[in-house]
Amino acid sequence: MTPMIISVASGKGGTGKTTVATSLAWVLGSTAQLLDCDVEEPNCHVLMKPVLQESQPVAVPVPVVDANKCSLCGKCGEICRFSSIVVIGNQVLTFPEMCHGCGGCTLLCPENAITEGGRELGVIETGFAGPVEFVHGRLRVGEAMSPPLIRAVKHRINRHKIAILDAPPGASCPVIQTITGSDFIVMVTEPTPFGLHDLKIAVGAIEDLGIPLGVILNRSDIGDGEVHGFCSQKGIPLLAEIPHERRIAEGYARGNLLVDSTPQYVDTFLELFVTIRDLINGNRPHLEETKS
Amino acid sequence: MKELVIISGKGGTGKTSLTACFAFLAPNKVLADCDVDAADLHILVHPEIHHEEDFRGAAKAAIDREKCSQCQKCRETCRFGAINAELVVNPLSCEGCGVCVHVCSEQAVSLEEGLNGHWCISDTRFGPMVHASLFPGAENSGKLVALVRNQARDLARKKEIPLVLVDGAPGVGCPVISSLTGADRVLIVTEPTLSGLHDMERAMQLVRGFRIPAWVVINKCDINPEVADRIEQVALRNESKVIGRIPYDPEVIQSMVQRRCAVENGDSSASRAIRGIWERLAPDLLS
Amino acid sequence: MKIAVTSMGTEIHSQVDPRFGRARYIVILDENGTVLEAVDNSRNSNALKGAGIQAAKVVADRKVEVLVTGHCGPNAFRALQAAGVKVVVEQSGTVKDVLDRLNRNGVAFADQPNAEAHW
Repeated sequence: MTPMIISVASGKGGTGKTTVATSLAWVLGSTAQLLDCDVEEPNCHVLMKPVLQESQPVAVPVPVVDANKCSLCGKCGEICRFSSIVVIGNQVLTFPEMCHGCGGCTLLCPENAITEGGRELGVIETGFAGPVEFVHGRLRVGEAMSPPLIRAVKHRINRHKIAILDAPPGASCPVIQTITGSDFIVMVTEPTPFGLHDLKIAVGAIEDLGIPLGVILNRSDIGDGEVHGFCSQKGIPLLAEIPHERRIAEGYARGNLLVDSTPQYVDTFLELFVTIRDLINGNRPHLEETKS
Repeated sequence: MKELVIISGKGGTGKTSLTACFAFLAPNKVLADCDVDAADLHILVHPEIHHEEDFRGAAKAAIDREKCSQCQKCRETCRFGAINAELVVNPLSCEGCGVCVHVCSEQAVSLEEGLNGHWCISDTRFGPMVHASLFPGAENSGKLVALVRNQARDLARKKEIPLVLVDGAPGVGCPVISSLTGADRVLIVTEPTLSGLHDMERAMQLVRGFRIPAWVVINKCDINPEVADRIEQVALRNESKVIGRIPYDPEVIQSMVQRRCAVENGDSSASRAIRGIWERLAPDLLS
Repeated sequence: MKIAVTSMGTEIHSQVDPRFGRARYIVILDENGTVLEAVDNSRNSNALKGAGIQAAKVVADRKVEVLVTGHCGPNAFRALQAAGVKVVVEQSGTVKDVLDRLNRNGVAFADQPNAEAHW
């Protein structure tokens, strides 16, 4: 078993990323690690029901000023691009919620008057769902910045396993943070105008990363044929199609994995994995040669 | 003038479809599509753009190869892993903090403001709309969202239009927070699934922090009536209430495929439910 | 006494700009109505975030005693308080109108911000 990193993304929300990511991880069993990177609204745990063993708070380093050492020179405020530290009146004020944790003020204070405290970003929880290793991040509600927490979740990637990353919806920086460094990206979409439009945006964002991708069409029989057309035209492999079934929707509503609601999909997901593995290897032919 | 912001927590619950329906039903309104990462409202309202501007967001570091001495200090001090061993800046990781600019002894690094997207004011078949798109991978959707909302509110004030309808983004992070600050009313669209319930609770928590009156709509409500009831309880516990339930209806997708909203297309069960919801919302929104 | 008023223009008869952080201009005047400086705040308007904090620094650095504006968010308010600047909110009309109101003691000093934090 070759370790690899597979991200599951979408563009449009609600197309079935979590449905796919969790069932894929489940069929791979002990060889898999599932990392929920949708830290704003993590849902993998709802379907996987992991036994969580560890919970770790994650913080962004924010400046703490020693007023005794501070000369009020104002250099910190000049350096800071985010207005999170400023000399005003005869005080230094810090605005921790604005801070990106770049460390600039701390590094460049001529009096070494600044140390680092923390702003709570959220928490990372780890454990196991049956044999599947499980990691998720949960952003503190009210915290604006998700990328630093996503980075912290990705630090937990187990390099000896098949890591499956459930990405957030959209195509902006939290998604890019999640999928960067992956060996393959599965885009889950639905055959509707919104699904197609957002898929195009997401593919546009990902194309330049040079990571192979494929599409899964969920609720494949509900809309029109334009997503098919787009994939053909762009040469993007269509990895699987999952028709809409009331049974699947109701099972999902109750918190069931797709492969539990409809066990005939176990084979679909095993085949999906083989297809992904082959597509990854197809992009790295030198690996095949080393093996022989 | 009142501003109604429609959010969801979980993606895919039907924010945009519902916003389009309200746009059809409300007599006089300005639309604002604040899901700037993946804007879809235009698909149903067919805008004609008459004003377009660039959006410049964060600055990114750039290294002048001729001045660079390859000392690697910039790479070592960058906390975001944005500078690689070849001393190339990855704009997707760069947060524009400028530390590299300061630590470079050759003054080889500068911060350059880039083009991050566009925003537009358009006329649509349902009235004026402000919308935007962020270039893929870009950040600062919060700033672009604020810009879209400010433009929409300015337009409403200038034209004496009493309502701004905002289609929000999924999640509870930066673009959603930027959609909520100073809003008059919030509508949370959810679905009766355990995931929907979980995400709705977080969205509700965010809204409560802003102390804005909020209602909830349960879409595809017949998938699980038991979870729908639990959602009602959560709403009540949070000084909110479920203002309506919309049954799962394939007509909604069929309308979308035709680039129309559900209430335009005859008298389906979803259409009737949505009209009912609008009738309950309108007196407060338009007073 | 130095007074700062957020303004759409540079003169005593300019309209008050209700925003603080992203005000077009910050007019610095004395209690007699002499305009000492009209600070162009447009660069701050385009700031990512923290426009209120930067505007507060502009005001504090000039040793202003009273700031008059429409709305002031929590970060700006905290910064102004730290600098000992008194804040008057909810004002409109021209710069001259608010100066007259201030001189008549027809205003109250705010004890808290009257706007949400925002981009």
